[in-house]
Amino acid sequence: MKQMVVISGKGGTGKTVLTASFAAMTKNAVIADCDVDAADLYILLHPEVKERHNFSGGKTAVVNMDKCSQCAKCIEVCRFNAIRKNGKGVIIDPISCEGCAVCFYVCPEGAIRMEENLSGEWFISDTKYGPFVHAKLGVASENSGKLVTIVRQSAKLIAEKENREMIIIDGPPGIGCPVISSITGTDAVLVVTEPTLSGVHDMVRVIELAGHFKIRTFVVINKYDLNTEMTEKIEDYCQKNGIDLAGKIMYDVRVTKAIVNRKIVVECSDGEITQQIKSVWEVLQNELK
Amino acid sequence: MIISVASGKGGTGKTTVATNLALSMDRTVQFLDCDVEEPNAHIFLKPQIEQRKSVGIPVPEVNEEKCTHCGKCQEICAFNAIAVIKNKVLIFPELCHGCGGCSLLCPEKAIREVDKEIGIIQIGKVGPIEFINGKLNVGEAMSPPLIRTVKKSIANGKIAIIDAPPGTSCPVIESIKNSDFCILVTESTPFGLNDLILAVEVVKKLEIPFGVIINRFDIGDDKVDLYCKENEIPILMLIPFDMEIASLYSRGIPMVQEKKEYTTKFLDMFKLIENLRQQKAKEK
Repeated sequence: MKQMVVISGKGGTGKTVLTASFAAMTKNAVIADCDVDAADLYILLHPEVKERHNFSGGKTAVVNMDKCSQCAKCIEVCRFNAIRKNGKGVIIDPISCEGCAVCFYVCPEGAIRMEENLSGEWFISDTKYGPFVHAKLGVASENSGKLVTIVRQSAKLIAEKENREMIIIDGPPGIGCPVISSITGTDAVLVVTEPTLSGVHDMVRVIELAGHFKIRTFVVINKYDLNTEMTEKIEDYCQKNGIDLAGKIMYDVRVTKAIVNRKIVVECSDGEITQQIKSVWEVLQNELK
Repeated sequence: MIISVASGKGGTGKTTVATNLALSMDRTVQFLDCDVEEPNAHIFLKPQIEQRKSVGIPVPEVNEEKCTHCGKCQEICAFNAIAVIKNKVLIFPELCHGCGGCSLLCPEKAIREVDKEIGIIQIGKVGPIEFINGKLNVGEAMSPPLIRTVKKSIANGKIAIIDAPPGTSCPVIESIKNSDFCILVTESTPFGLNDLILAVEVVKKLEIPFGVIINRFDIGDDKVDLYCKENEIPILMLIPFDMEIASLYSRGIPMVQEKKEYTTKFLDMFKLIENLRQQKAKEK
């Protein structure tokens, strides 16, 4: 069983549309949405939720005002400026609190307790394309990396149990914590880029990240015809750095139209763009065998 | 006044809005690129960087001679960054949040904190714009401490424009926290709407007044527009899909440079934001 993750560095380059297209073209995969901050893949896959689980991503410090003697030891040790004094006692800002519990340990009055956060939910669903694991991080929650890990573990269990050949993962933008959690231990990373200076800048950083974890990397240039000169530069970069180019996909307003109708572009048209996405998918399948 | 530019979904035009707003202003502004994982604003603003500073977080270092392997540090670490096995303490600096708990609570005083670089901040200038950005080192997971450092440059009494990262979790919260106004940039697709609703929940929770810009409003559907109207969310600006804007963007050219009419549009939007803020203040 192989795991492939679609990332981009820069947001909005087409990760979710490509992931959904691959899901529609394969018969034997598990699909996972690891962009738990802004999970959009469900919009195209129309999942029927089979299992719901609560996710607790950490703890928050809470003060018992009756016990607080206002010694302010907690304020002194808090590195996150989450605690301040008011007339009656101390106040902890739950949004700034990182849940490190240092205040809880140093409070001489035992006036601070750590409460579990309900930081989101994750789901196992059925779709017509196969099993789908996805999640929803709570508003202003932290620890998205941990939620990503849970989604991936669940997808892996399903893949092993049902003998599925592949896990296709829709990754988050950026290069930080949730991205690292999404790519570690996968067999391949597909970087979706676009021919813009920002797209290229961000692509180089995610390629470096994948290289840091020694994961095989492929690049696909989306909307390549928006700036062919820049597309050539990306191709040059890939060639010079030994990165496999999995293909190029044209700009087509039908992609947006398909999203608006909550449909997957490869299922709506048999045109050039569908052929291009198919060819990318064939390259990936052959290389990952 | 601090104005942050955010969005749930990536690639909706945060950087376009933030940089063009900064360039349209008729006074000195500070520009802070808080998307430290993938900073792009410098591509458009092309600032002269005058200063680069390394930014680190304190991570533990164990003095094995003093350590009795009691396991206290592992027990209290809320981030699983310490593992005590047999006669060794293993530290995973990528997981460390720099809370200082282990060094403070070690009964043998065997842990000291050493600085570990997670990225850099760059400070520079372009015309009347003071530019600051952060750049996370590749392989580092933790961006909030770097974002906090970038935001330390905010000066009282000046207008600060913050370009936030995409998403709705910690890096976004850290970036937009304490803003006086937040511009949420979205696009008129189900993806844009889904992520806008999440972003709205975030700014509401943080009690930041906000408004919405719909980018490429003419190539999707009207659901974002309807959602904003139903929820009485002010629409600050509509930007059409325009091949010329897309082409300028691809080459790193700010649109106000070639399409002068947008300077007025951004300035008008700034005035609208000031009015909205005054209204909010009166309501309070």
